[in-house]
Amino acid sequence: MLSFIARRLGLLIPTFFGVTLLTFALIRMIPGDPVEVMMGERRVDPIMHAEAMERLGLNKPLYAQYLDYIGQLARGDLGESLRTRESVWSEFLTLFPATVELALAALLFAGSLGLIAGVVAALKRGSLFDHGVMGISLAGYSMPIFWWGLLLIMFFSVGLGWTPVSGRIDLLYDIEPVTGFMLIDSLLSGEEGAFLDALRHLILPAIVLGTIPLAVIARMTRSAMLEVLREDYVRTARAKGLSPARVVFVHGLRNALIPVLTVFGLQVGALLAGAVLTETIFSWPGIGKWLIESIGARDYPVVQNGILLIACLVILVNFVVDILYGLANPRIRHQK
Amino acid sequence: MTAATALDQALLYPSPLQEFWQAFAHNKGALAGLLFMIVLVLCALFAPWLAPFDPSEQFREFMLTPPAWLAGGQWQFLLGTDELGRDLLSRLIHGARLSLLIGLASVVLSLLPGILLGLIAGFFPRLLGPGIMRLMDIMLALPSLLLAVAIVAILGPGLINTIFAIAIVSLPAYVRLTRAAVMGELNRDYVTAARLAGASLPRLMLVTVLPNCMAPLIVQATLSFSAAILDAAALGFLGLGVQPPTPEWGTMLASARDYIERAWWVVTLPGLTILLSVLAINLMGDGLRDALDPKLKNAV
Amino acid sequence: MSLLDIRNLSVRFGDANAVPVVDGLDLSVDKGEVLAIVGESGSGKSVTMLALMGLIDPPGVVSADSLQFDGTDMLRLKGRQRRRIVGKDLAMIFQDPMTALNPSYTVGFQIEEVLRQHLGLKGKAARRRALQLLERVEIPAAESRLDAYPHQLSGGMSQRVAIAMAIAAEPKLLIADEPTTALDVTIQAQIMELLLDLQREQDMGLVLITHDLAVVAETAQRVCVMYAGQAVEVGVVPGLFEAPAHPYTEALLKAIPEHSLGARRLATLPGIVPGRFDRPHGCLLAPRCPYAQSNCQAQRPTLEPQVRGAVRCFYPLNQEVT
Repeated sequence: MLSFIARRLGLLIPTFFGVTLLTFALIRMIPGDPVEVMMGERRVDPIMHAEAMERLGLNKPLYAQYLDYIGQLARGDLGESLRTRESVWSEFLTLFPATVELALAALLFAGSLGLIAGVVAALKRGSLFDHGVMGISLAGYSMPIFWWGLLLIMFFSVGLGWTPVSGRIDLLYDIEPVTGFMLIDSLLSGEEGAFLDALRHLILPAIVLGTIPLAVIARMTRSAMLEVLREDYVRTARAKGLSPARVVFVHGLRNALIPVLTVFGLQVGALLAGAVLTETIFSWPGIGKWLIESIGARDYPVVQNGILLIACLVILVNFVVDILYGLANPRIRHQK
Repeated sequence: MTAATALDQALLYPSPLQEFWQAFAHNKGALAGLLFMIVLVLCALFAPWLAPFDPSEQFREFMLTPPAWLAGGQWQFLLGTDELGRDLLSRLIHGARLSLLIGLASVVLSLLPGILLGLIAGFFPRLLGPGIMRLMDIMLALPSLLLAVAIVAILGPGLINTIFAIAIVSLPAYVRLTRAAVMGELNRDYVTAARLAGASLPRLMLVTVLPNCMAPLIVQATLSFSAAILDAAALGFLGLGVQPPTPEWGTMLASARDYIERAWWVVTLPGLTILLSVLAINLMGDGLRDALDPKLKNAV
Repeated sequence: MSLLDIRNLSVRFGDANAVPVVDGLDLSVDKGEVLAIVGESGSGKSVTMLALMGLIDPPGVVSADSLQFDGTDMLRLKGRQRRRIVGKDLAMIFQDPMTALNPSYTVGFQIEEVLRQHLGLKGKAARRRALQLLERVEIPAAESRLDAYPHQLSGGMSQRVAIAMAIAAEPKLLIADEPTTALDVTIQAQIMELLLDLQREQDMGLVLITHDLAVVAETAQRVCVMYAGQAVEVGVVPGLFEAPAHPYTEALLKAIPEHSLGARRLATLPGIVPGRFDRPHGCLLAPRCPYAQSNCQAQRPTLEPQVRGAVRCFYPLNQEVT
C-alpha cells in the first residue's frame, strides 16, 4: 500500500510543474504591454516602465523568469493582490473554507441521494421509479446550473420567502471565524438562531452545486449496480443463502462503488468549476467568486496564482481519490 | 425459384447505415432529441426570416411585457419582451445561431487536433505518447469551465475567444479517447496485416486504424457539443463570453438577473432554451452511443 | 425416499407462450449418489439446477409438480426459509472460478461468511474452521491464503476455494456445474478427484453437470442426458455407455475421439439444437436423427421406462436383453 501511494505521489510532481508552466504562460499571453496592463494605465513614464520591468524581472530571459516564478512559489510567495494589497495566499485562506463548506454540502447532498436513487433504480430496473430517476438525472446532467440557481431563488426566496437570497449568514449575526465553516462557527458562537440561519443560507447553493454530481452519481451507481448484479460472484453469494440485503450491499454495492468513486473524484473538479457559477449567483464569499471578481478587475496576480491554487487543489483531491480507489479495489492496490 | 429469391433476401445484410438507423430509431428519447435539434437548426439557419423582429430592436413603450397569454401580454410579442423592450422570441431564435455556431466551431477545432494528437500518442507510445498524455493530464487538472474562464480572462471576452477557450478545454477528451482506441486496435491482426503489406504510416493511421476508432469519438463529439453550449452560456452569464447586446442565451440570462422579482419570463425562457437544447443533444448522444457502440452503454 | 426428487420441472423466460428452456423434467438423486447430467450447451442442464437453488430471476418462471429436497418442497418455500437450506444442505459450485469469487474480499472472509450464516460461527472459531476447510481442499500454505484476494489465486486454486465454500456447512447435496471446464487439463483431474473424495467422505449426493463423457464414465453412477430442455435418456453407468437407447446418446458417444479410433473422421451429429423459432412439432431430435420415421415428425415421444432406465424415443436402440 505504501509503495502504491509513493508511485501515485511520483506522478504528482510533473503534473504540478506542468501547471506552474501553464499559469506562468497564461500571464505572458495577455495581449499588450505587461506593465501597462498591470498598472492599468497607458503610456507609463519610460523610467518608471523600465524600473517596473526590472522589479518584476520581466527583462530577463523567459527561462529565468520561470525559475524566478518557481523560486517565489517555493518560498511560499504567491504575490499580492493589486486591488487589496493583501497577499494572495492569505486571501485564499480566508475565502477557501466557504467554498469547501459549500462543496462538502453539495457532495453530501449529491452522494447520499445519488447512491440511494441509483441502487433502488437498479434493483427495480424498468419500473416507473427507474425511468423517473433516469429521466430526472438526464435533465440534471443537462442543466445550466446558473439558471437553475436563479429559478430556485425565484421560487423559494422571492416567491415563498423561505430562504435568503445571498451570503452565508444574516448580517445580524457577528460570527467569530474559528474553523471557517459557518455551520460550525455559528454553533460555537452560541448565538441563538445563528446555526439555523447559516443552514438556510447554505441549502439552496448546495442543491444547485450538487445537481450535476447528483445526476452523474445516480446514473453511474445504477449502471454499475446493474453490471455488478449480473456478475458470477453475486450468484455465488446468493447460492450461499445470504440475505438479499447482504447480497446487494456487501457483495454488490461494494464492487459497484469502485467506478462510482472514480466518477465522484472527477466530480470534485467539476464541483470547483460549478462553485464559480454558484458563488456568483448566491454571492457566496468563496474562491470562485473571488476569481471571477479578480478577472473583472484585471487583478492578474490573483488570477494567476488563484488558478494555480485551484489546480493544485484538484490534483490533490484526485490523488486522494486515487488512494481511496486503491483501498476499495484490491486488484489496483496489488498492481506492480 | 421464388423460394430461392426469398432466401437470398433473408441473407442480405442491412447496410451499416440502415442498421444504425434501426438501432437509433428504436430509442424514443434519441428521436425526440433529433426532432428538437432539427427545429433548432432550422431556427438558426432561417433566423432572420423566422424571427418576428430584429433581435436588437428596442420597443421602449413595451419594456418587460409579459408573454402573450398572460394579462398585459401583447400578441405581437409572443414570449414577451426584455428590460429594453426587445422581443424575447426573436432574441432566442437568433441566439440559436450563436450557440450552434460556438458548439460546431469548437467541436471541429478540438476534434481535428485531438484526433491527430491521439493518433500520434498511440502510434509512438515511447517517444511522443507520454509527453502528450502528460500535457493532457495537466489540462485535465483544471476543471473545464475554470480553464475556459482562465483562457478568456487572458485573451479577453468575445465570441472568437469563447470558441477558442472551449475548443482547448475539450481537447484532452479527444486525445485520450483516440489514443485508447488506437492502442486497442494496434494489436489486432488486421493492423499487422496492413503493416506487412507495406502500408505507409499515414495510411496506417488514417485509413487502417482511425475508422475503427470513430464510434467513441462521434459519441464524444455530441457530448462535447452539448458541453460547449453549456460552457458558452456559462461564460456569457459570467460576463466573459459573448458580449451584449448580442443575443446569446447565457448573456441574456446575465442581464435578466436583475429582473428576477418582476419578470420571471426573462429569466425562465433563455434558461429553458439552454436546458432543452442540451437535453436534446444529450438524448441524441445516448442514442448514438447505444447504436454505434454498445460497449459504451454503461459509461457515463 | 430419495434425497432429491424433481417432478415435471419447467423453466421459461418470458410469458407462458415462450419456449421452455427446461421442459417437463423429472430427476432424482439418492443420498450418496453421483448423478451426471450431460448435454450440449443450452440444453438446460444448468438452468435446472439454478431453478432448484431458487436462483432464476424474472423474467424467468419456474414451475414444477414438486421440487422435493430432503423432505421439503423447495418450490413452496419463501425467502428466509429457502435461504436456511440453500448454501447449507444444498450447495453449488460454478463453472468459472475466476469470476465466481468476489474480487473485493479475502478468501477467508468469503468462507467465514457461510460459516457465520449457517453455523453461527464467529471470530476465531470461524477462522479456524475456514483454515481447516482450505486444508481439506488441499490448498498449500492455507494459513496465508486466508488473507489472499481472489485475483492472487490461480484458476485451480480459486475452484478449490469455491469448493471449500460450498462444503463449509457440510451439504447433503452438492451441485457442481461444469466445475472443471474453465481449468487447465492437468488441474481438471485433480479437482474431480477432490470432489469425489469429498463426496465419499461426507456421503453427499453429487450432481455433476458436464459435457465430458469420459469424466461421467469414470465417476457417475447414473446419467441423465438432456437435449433441448428435455431428458432424453436416463440410465446407469456403465450400461448407458455400452448400449445407449436414445439416438442422441449414441451420437454423443460416437463423438468421443477414443471411440472413433481408426475412423478417418470424428463422427458428428449434423445440424444444431432447435432454437426459439424452429422448434419441431414432433420429437425435438427428429430433424437431426438418422433413424427418424414419419411419426417422429408428427408426435412428441414421452420418457418411457425401458430395460436399463428410461428413454424418450419411439424407436429406442439396443433393446435386446443381454
